[in-house]
Amino acid sequence: MTYLAKSPWIIHYDASSCNGCDIEILACLTPMYDVERFGIINTGNPKHADIFVVTGSVNEQNREVILNIYNQMPDPKVAVAVGICATSGGVFRECYNVAGGIDKLIPVDVYVMGCAARPESIIDGIVTALGILEKKRSEGASAPVVTDHHMNKEHHKHAEGGVQ
Amino acid sequence: MQLAQLLIFLILFPLIAAFFLFLAKKDLERAWIVKLSALAIAIVSVYLLISTYNMGGLLFSVVPAEPTGIIMFFLEMLIALAILYLGIVHKKWLVVGLILIQSVMMLWFELVYAHSVEVSSNLFIDEFSNIMALIIGIIGSLICVYSLGYMKFFHESHPEMKDRRPWFFAIMFVFIAAMFGLVFSNNILWVYFFWEVTTLCSFLLIGYTKTEEATTNAFNALWMNLLGGVAFAGAIIYLAMFGNGIMGLDTLLTSGKVIALIPAALIGFAGLTKAAQLPFSSWLVGAMVAPTPVSALLHSSTMVKAGVYILVRLAPIFQATFTGYLLAMIGALTFLIASGIAISQSNAKRVLAYSTIANLGLVVACAGIGTYEAIWAAILLIVFHAISKSLLFLSVGTVEHRIRSREIDDMNGLIVRMPKIAAMMVIGIAGMFLAPFGMLISKWAAIRAFVDVPYGFVFIIILAFGSAMTLFFWAKWMGKIITVTSDSKNIEGEVDHSEWTALTSLAGLSLITTLVFPLLSTKLLEPFLMENYGHVAQLSQDNIIIMIMMLLLLVIMPLSILIPQRKDKHVQAYMGGRTTTHDMWFSGSLGVQKKTVLSNYYLHEYFGEAKLRPAGIWICTALICIMFAATALRGVFL
Amino acid sequence: MINIVWGIVFVLLAPVIGGLVAGIDRKITARMQGRVGPSILQPFYDVGKLFEKEQAVVNETQIFYAICYFIFMIFTGALFFASGDLLLVVFALTLAQIFLVLGAFSANSPYSYVGAERELLQIMAYEPMVIITAVGMYVATKSFNVGDIATTTVPIVLLLPGIFLGFLYVLTIKLRKSPFDISTSHHAHQEIVKGVTTEFSGPSLGLIEITHWYETIFLLGFVYLFFGFNPLIGVVAVIIVYLLEILIDNTNARVKWQLAVKSSWLIAIIVGVVNLAALYFLAGGVP
Ligand code: SF4
Repeated sequence: MTYLAKSPWIIHYDASSCNGCDIEILACLTPMYDVERFGIINTGNPKHADIFVVTGSVNEQNREVILNIYNQMPDPKVAVAVGICATSGGVFRECYNVAGGIDKLIPVDVYVMGCAARPESIIDGIVTALGILEKKRSEGASAPVVTDHHMNKEHHKHAEGGVQ
Repeated sequence: MQLAQLLIFLILFPLIAAFFLFLAKKDLERAWIVKLSALAIAIVSVYLLISTYNMGGLLFSVVPAEPTGIIMFFLEMLIALAILYLGIVHKKWLVVGLILIQSVMMLWFELVYAHSVEVSSNLFIDEFSNIMALIIGIIGSLICVYSLGYMKFFHESHPEMKDRRPWFFAIMFVFIAAMFGLVFSNNILWVYFFWEVTTLCSFLLIGYTKTEEATTNAFNALWMNLLGGVAFAGAIIYLAMFGNGIMGLDTLLTSGKVIALIPAALIGFAGLTKAAQLPFSSWLVGAMVAPTPVSALLHSSTMVKAGVYILVRLAPIFQATFTGYLLAMIGALTFLIASGIAISQSNAKRVLAYSTIANLGLVVACAGIGTYEAIWAAILLIVFHAISKSLLFLSVGTVEHRIRSREIDDMNGLIVRMPKIAAMMVIGIAGMFLAPFGMLISKWAAIRAFVDVPYGFVFIIILAFGSAMTLFFWAKWMGKIITVTSDSKNIEGEVDHSEWTALTSLAGLSLITTLVFPLLSTKLLEPFLMENYGHVAQLSQDNIIIMIMMLLLLVIMPLSILIPQRKDKHVQAYMGGRTTTHDMWFSGSLGVQKKTVLSNYYLHEYFGEAKLRPAGIWICTALICIMFAATALRGVFL
Repeated sequence: MINIVWGIVFVLLAPVIGGLVAGIDRKITARMQGRVGPSILQPFYDVGKLFEKEQAVVNETQIFYAICYFIFMIFTGALFFASGDLLLVVFALTLAQIFLVLGAFSANSPYSYVGAERELLQIMAYEPMVIITAVGMYVATKSFNVGDIATTTVPIVLLLPGIFLGFLYVLTIKLRKSPFDISTSHHAHQEIVKGVTTEFSGPSLGLIEITHWYETIFLLGFVYLFFGFNPLIGVVAVIIVYLLEILIDNTNARVKWQLAVKSSWLIAIIVGVVNLAALYFLAGGVP
């Protein structure tokens, strides 16, 4: 048992969610669910975070941002897709601008089901992620710098700018 | 006898050098004359220190008062005529009026009183003069050496200006000679003479470029300093009328407050103008139009230091008098207000100017308080300020030639673009406000001096606020310099040899003086204080050891960069998830490309010049009026 | 004069106690908000984790400044507990703080840059009050030596009631508690992300966290000085002061920097002038 599992700091990014899942994530911070008792802190800063929590699906505007945040997080790190949208695109899947779930872009470690995902299942998802985080640490694996092959050239140049 | 010759050498030798520099038209000749004379002056001033070591104050009567006095008077009148002429040509009637008043006063003195005044010893040397001589001799000469490279570049990049370098270097050396004269003269008439010479030299140097702005600012400096000169002449006449023929600094200091206070207040006023205290601060800020070495010279080793020198000299007279407290108040308020204004300045040279005014304010405050502890602090301030400030000015000058800007915001990432000069600047800035460097030791000494005097708490509170502001503007400047911009290229190139010599010597000096400051204190300051006050101020052994430990830590820390580290992952700065290129471009909304530009806080709303300066001018003018009224009243009643 | 033993005790124990204080702080905060809150050892877990993480930096110089911040904060605290000169302690504290600011500047990142400027504003806000406090203690005890002040029989807090309150006011800034957590905060994210610490990650962030623990203990030691005449009252007072800070933290929203600077300066002027003047008159300092 190392410290990693006792102090998971998350960064939450709202990709193109309907805000339903985001409200549920915030609900986790309230006295009712109080995730801080597990040492979970919502840092809002990729450089401090261990777990990338994404709600909503990938679209043209945010694919760059998702990549950037993920690449800026120091290893070991895991990504959690919260809600059906983040998992597969959900009800927005057929939209002209939606590419699909988050795993279209970055390696997702945990999928949390639900529309919206319930706080209990979100917490459960994060706790599951802790095990994966711990495994990654002991393996000493470092996540590759992720780039987006669907992007056009202009985008591509910027996205890689995330890591020198 | 031999010592007296050293003094005379230091006063006359720069004059001879100036004469040859005036004749030398070739770069190479000039370079050799400047370098050799600078070396000679520096060596002799160090030699002077060694040969007067442990001798206390010494008076010399080798130079006969009479023919010298006549020559000086004659020269004074020539200077007055020259100023009169320039004033009329440029239609500066204020200057004309002041120089007329001054000349009439001196003429009157010469005709009516001169024969009744007898000063047996005209020259003197003590530890304080020694320290001043070292500042002038070492820092002043280094600045002259630096000017060689700077002025060459200056004229190359400003072909529209007439190259008057022979004139420039000649005046620089005359300036140094006058400063030596000022700190070695015991005869107040001589002090006055050299005082006027520094006024004239600064006027000529500020107006060197002959642009309209330069001329206006030069005259601005001139009238303020002439006003001080009038007060100085007033002091001389007062002494001649009521002072029983006292005309030596030594006799003035021992003559008792009844006689000495009024002339001291008048000379103190002259000191305030020369030290650019509020309400006379604007001339020093305006003097920024001159080439940078001139600013460095005015700010560090000459001119303003002449003002505080005379105040510190007269400090025993001010001690525990109402006049002294008012003088101290003017200094303290100047410190506070100038530090505040410095926050709002974005031009590096203006920040330096306001910080000079502020620090001199602190010296004036110490001189006005006049206790032995305060004087100890004041002299430390003079020394450390001279070193750090000249270093900063010279590095700003060098940077300016590379990036063509004096704006602090343009110095972003200097540590990448010009690592060596940036390091010099960081040392200079650290020297101005961080423990354990000189200026902070001095501030510390000032606080300790203030706690023990009546009403001292008022000064402490002012000092506390002033130093908080000082910290703000230095730290944000330092932050700009050390910002690492990954896209920048090294544009340092070859720094001119003479500039580099001056910069490294000064940076070395600022570290070394911090290290050997206990020595400076025990060997020079303590005997001086003992002789004049019968008390000694010092830091305890423990504190000195701790300071040295801090300094060593600071010096060692940068070496840790050499330790091989495991490869860290390099990530771009967090931009809210936006990807950014290496030179900080990102695509904003609707795909518009934008560049991230980071600028310092200047807080104009609170610390703007337009807001604080008028307030400072009114308050300090009022204080000066009260000071004179109170001193005069006291004179009437006693 | 210098008591090295206490200095070493500080260096060794301060992170332990400081970490515990931080843990208790979080627990009490949670309880005040009706939550269970994390374990009291949570700050240690956090720092332990940070040292397990990868070091991701914008450039290497950041780490250098973080280390300097760490070392000079320890130096400051050790000097304080080893009975150094109070003014020198204050100056050393400033030096340490400046290194954090420089670390934030060096990253060339907008958020840490704004954080650095705000941090400087905060230093500018509290510095006068801290110097006035040190001078007040000198006037009360006739010594700048921390050891002398701590063991004096003079009830300093009774002589310096105004300065004590003023010091408590700026203590909120120093402890980075609301309403003055404007440059960085211990809580969830803020408008400038994490301010000065935005660009630090992994071990260097851990180092900064430990530095905060040292700082907290040093500051609480400073509070103790007011009560040095009676150690028992002193310890109780320090605890009450810290609880008060937690309460303030939880009942106030963050203010703008303008208000932070203006209010702390105003308080410093009022209490500084009134309290010091009264003291001088009482002590017959004015002839
Ligand atoms: S999963 Fe449902 S609640 Fe969550 S973002 Fe998608 S649509 Fe909204």
